[in-house]
Amino acid sequence: MTNPPNRTAIAVTGLRRSYGRQVVLDGIDLHVPEGTVFSLLGPNGAGKTTMVQILSTLIRADAGTVRVCGHDVVSDADRVRAAIGVTGQFSAVDDFLTGQENLQLMADLHHLDRAEGRRRTADLLDRFGLAEAARRPAVAYSGGMRRRLDLAMGLIGDPRVIFLDEPTTGLDPRSRRDMWQIVRDLVGRGVTIFLTTQYLEEADQLADRIALLDRGRVVAEGTPAELKRRVPGGHVQLRFADGRALAAAAAVLDVAPDPGGESLALRVPGDGGVRSLRALLDRLDAASVEVDGLTVHTPDLDDVFFAVTGQPTPGTTPEAVTAR
Amino acid sequence: MTTLALAARDSATMLRRQLRHTTRDLSTTLLLLAVPIVFLLLFVYVLGGTLGDGLGGGSGGRAAYVNYVVPGILLITIAGAVQGTSISVALDMTGGIMARFRTMAIARVSVLTGHVLASVLQTLCQLVVVLGVALLVGFRPDATALRWLAVAGLLTATTFALVWLAVAMGLAAKTVETASNLPTLLTLLPLFGSGFVPTDSMPVGLRWFAEYQPFTPIMETLRGLLLGSPIGADGGVALGWCAVIALAGYGWAKRLYNRDRTR
Ligand SMILES: Nc1ncnc2c1ncn2[C@@H]1O[C@H](COP(=O)(O)OP(=O)(O)OP(=O)(O)O)[C@@H](O)[C@H]1O
Ligand SMILES: [Mg+2]
Repeated sequence: MTNPPNRTAIAVTGLRRSYGRQVVLDGIDLHVPEGTVFSLLGPNGAGKTTMVQILSTLIRADAGTVRVCGHDVVSDADRVRAAIGVTGQFSAVDDFLTGQENLQLMADLHHLDRAEGRRRTADLLDRFGLAEAARRPAVAYSGGMRRRLDLAMGLIGDPRVIFLDEPTTGLDPRSRRDMWQIVRDLVGRGVTIFLTTQYLEEADQLADRIALLDRGRVVAEGTPAELKRRVPGGHVQLRFADGRALAAAAAVLDVAPDPGGESLALRVPGDGGVRSLRALLDRLDAASVEVDGLTVHTPDLDDVFFAVTGQPTPGTTPEAVTAR
Repeated sequence: MTTLALAARDSATMLRRQLRHTTRDLSTTLLLLAVPIVFLLLFVYVLGGTLGDGLGGGSGGRAAYVNYVVPGILLITIAGAVQGTSISVALDMTGGIMARFRTMAIARVSVLTGHVLASVLQTLCQLVVVLGVALLVGFRPDATALRWLAVAGLLTATTFALVWLAVAMGLAAKTVETASNLPTLLTLLPLFGSGFVPTDSMPVGLRWFAEYQPFTPIMETLRGLLLGSPIGADGGVALGWCAVIALAGYGWAKRLYNRDRTR
């Protein structure tokens, strides 16, 4: 896990946090080298936002230590704050102010002199495609523009570490791609990025390392390639005409049917390549099992979860997460 | 920069932000300003003739009543204006921008001081407008320059105190609606005091409340200063109440602001 040539941007050890009796983060250890992109991947309610809130000094952990750029987030919070930029999951722009005024406000709060503040504001408006809308109140911005403004506001102070909590949730595919490009440009400038997402594809596109968060624990960690190797190419879903065929296929292929048992479908890990598909169908043919239909899935968060925990992505009800 | 210089600079930034809000959200400001003006016109033109006659003493009638009612109207102006404070504080707290401020290396208190300074300035402007309208409808004060200065001082002190109280109410409110409802009580207080009729015309229980509630000595002092009549002990009591309300509001606000806001 160590990466000697790089200094450490974020170091987390033994982090715990509960809300009431609900354990949200249950002993997290993370290490993010400077200048890399780290992605925390997890479904709703996994604890991603809680994690970002602790790392960005917004809330406190119950136990464990967190250092950002070498500073402790509790005892040295102001030093940490001076080094980070945060774009939370929910919009944090001032609706009454225009895009330009929002950025100018951030510049003033970073104590930049007027000329420098203006320069950075203009530069960010340009870079984020907001120059035209700069003089409109943020309340009139579209979701994508608002997200970009939100991100730009976190960048005014030239942060060394940037936290992005689900930066592309709710964006259309094109805006999502724009956002990815923005993140790549930032990495090019040498900043460290800590990003949460629900999409494996996004983590795959952007991250150097990914940690999979499930019910407050890191259940898998590694490079995108390492994680995907655990779900080679996703799975093939087979549909059958009746339960008898389903059971026969399950026996031949040695996979368990979905626990619900109502669907007549079987999920077979595999990369969906032509050769492996043919082999799969040949085996079923040899056992004279009739297949009704078939779909190939490229890996998504569900598959990674399935591979790592042996269960589908858990529900988001608090009960599901509550420790007994 | 020293901590204090930093706090001053950030507070100035937050003040600018708040003043921008006022210009963007003019309809709210105008609405808050309309209430005391409507009260003024209502009490002067609809009720003033009769109420003025009931004041006792010299001339009576509408002319006397305008002079009597202005302090009450001024307090209603302040109470209405701080309702705006409470709403904008709650808007900040329920919106995401507060989380952003908390992750920045700024003087934490500046968020609140920005609100307070902006609200005080705004309210003083509204008071000037309301006084202007009062003069138009026949208000004839009889005060020396020194007394006008004292009027300005007391109005500022009262505004400052109620603004801090409203900031606390905005922090205490879980929703923006609650934040807009809580200060409504303040708007009613001048009515249950010596704002619109002398307290000795009220039934016993109410009269007792009216005489001892904080707005009455403030209104009596303003009346005395504006009309050139004696003030007596009311001046000291009024300032005392301002200090108590300001300190209580500040203390309450500070406690709410520093609590762990993760519910
Ligand atoms: N302020 C709070 N009070 C009580 N429980 C909370 C609070 N904030 C979060 N939780 C609980 O903590 C758990 C993790 O929440 P968190 O917001 O960190 O998840 P998340 O991974 O960000 O989810 P999402 O993808 O939906 O944003 C959830 O079960 C949630 O109910
Ligand atoms: Mg979240």
